[in-house]
Amino acid sequence: MLHFGDNAYDLVGAFWTTIQLTFLSAIGALILGTLLAAMRLSPVPMLAWLGTAYVNVVRNTPLTLILLFCSFGLAGTLGITLVDRNSPTSIDDSNFRLAVLGLSVYTAAFVCETVRSGVNTVPLGQAEAARSLGFTFSQNLRIVLLPQAFRSVLIPLGSVLIALTKNTTIASAIGVAEAALLMKAMVENQADLLLISGIFAAGFVVLTLPMGLLFGWLGKRLAVAR
Amino acid sequence: MTGSSVLFDAPGPRALIRNRIISVVAVVLTLLALWVVYSKFEAKGQLTAAKWEPFLTGNLWKTYLLPGIQGTLTAAAVSIVLALVLGFLLGVGRLSHQPVISWFCAVFVEFFRAVPVLIMMIFAYFLYAQYDVVPSKYLALAGVITGLTLYNGAVIAEIVRSGVNALPKGQAEAASALGLRWGQTMRAILLPQAVTSMLPVLISQLVVVLKDTAIGYQITFLEMVRQGTNVGAAYSNYIPALTVVALLMIAVNFTLSHFATVVERRLRRSKRGPAPMHADEPVTQGAFGAGAGGTI
Repeated sequence: MLHFGDNAYDLVGAFWTTIQLTFLSAIGALILGTLLAAMRLSPVPMLAWLGTAYVNVVRNTPLTLILLFCSFGLAGTLGITLVDRNSPTSIDDSNFRLAVLGLSVYTAAFVCETVRSGVNTVPLGQAEAARSLGFTFSQNLRIVLLPQAFRSVLIPLGSVLIALTKNTTIASAIGVAEAALLMKAMVENQADLLLISGIFAAGFVVLTLPMGLLFGWLGKRLAVAR
Repeated sequence: MTGSSVLFDAPGPRALIRNRIISVVAVVLTLLALWVVYSKFEAKGQLTAAKWEPFLTGNLWKTYLLPGIQGTLTAAAVSIVLALVLGFLLGVGRLSHQPVISWFCAVFVEFFRAVPVLIMMIFAYFLYAQYDVVPSKYLALAGVITGLTLYNGAVIAEIVRSGVNALPKGQAEAASALGLRWGQTMRAILLPQAVTSMLPVLISQLVVVLKDTAIGYQITFLEMVRQGTNVGAAYSNYIPALTVVALLMIAVNFTLSHFATVVERRLRRSKRGPAPMHADEPVTQGAFGAGAGGTI
């Protein structure tokens, strides 16, 4: 709890929500993004076309719009709230889960493009050798290409995840109680604009810098020696 | 690897049949999913002609969408110009041999790349409100422009830096052999070549700026997404309204992204100048190995 005059603000709780949003969306985006990359690389033209269409649509839509679609469209109109309606915290939970869904769907397009560019860095001979051993496309992808691709794109993948961390602030548009929503409430009610903004900016620097360092280190350490 | 054809053998008769079956299944599943969504919206009455009809009236466009489009375009245009100026200053500053200047620029760039745009927008909005810097009518616009300029300026600074660093060393060496000073080398030799190779990335950055104007939604800025929800509230047709806004956004951004790749391809074909930077790959040359940036 952070005390400002008579008011107390749950700063740690807000940043904890930010971290949870980031972590869960990162998992969702990595799974969906890898699937999309596999689709775009696959020998079935239709799957490749569907993957390309997804990436082009999602990548060119503002995240705010995607999250509002989740809120107005899925929850508001279709009644897909992803929660048990009878639970006492159903509204907050629903916003949180819809935000995770929206962030995953949005970030997956970027993960897909990153993974695909990673596959392009794998030398021709690798795929050719795999084919000459009689590997099917999915074996080729699973055993030979993707493991090398992931290792070569760890640094750009880190950039995508850092961008995701910062993008979680946009979830405040549909009322998820994360850092930016708390910041808005605080600057509206308190006078210390500089101090409050400094705290939140520092919070994000503390979250993103170690991620950058970690992925930079991993990227160098796990790089495929060629 | 050129083309994806090396990843799999040319399909034989059995593989062709299998591919066709997979294609049909994929199409059927997609259509099924779309149909489920469509029929549910239909059942809720969101897709009746009456909900779409307002989009054929001039009044809706004049009151809601056109001001929104104007807001989005104004904010994006001003921000990208200011961000280019700031980005070039910071990028060149970071390459400077004066440790104080390069250190200051490095800290500035890394800080503004690490902080979310929304946080900067909220800060700028309330800062301007507190000190009456801009007329209250333009408060939200100024907040959006400030946030976008600071963030994209930092990203463009990194693009400039990696563009200059990617040039062959001989260029700067030849310049200094001719007796040019550092500033002259930068101005006359390095930057003109770097700008050419940066062109595709700078165009894709424009897509980021356009998309990010929508973050202004949260500081009450009148842009397309905000106006879309206003239409939804006025005509109780949220789904059609947001769909129209999404289509407009995707059309513009897709054209810009496509233009970026066309420019990249043209530059790659030409034999003059350095190889262009990739239009849709994130710039990853931050001091810490992996900064956020690029086209997300």
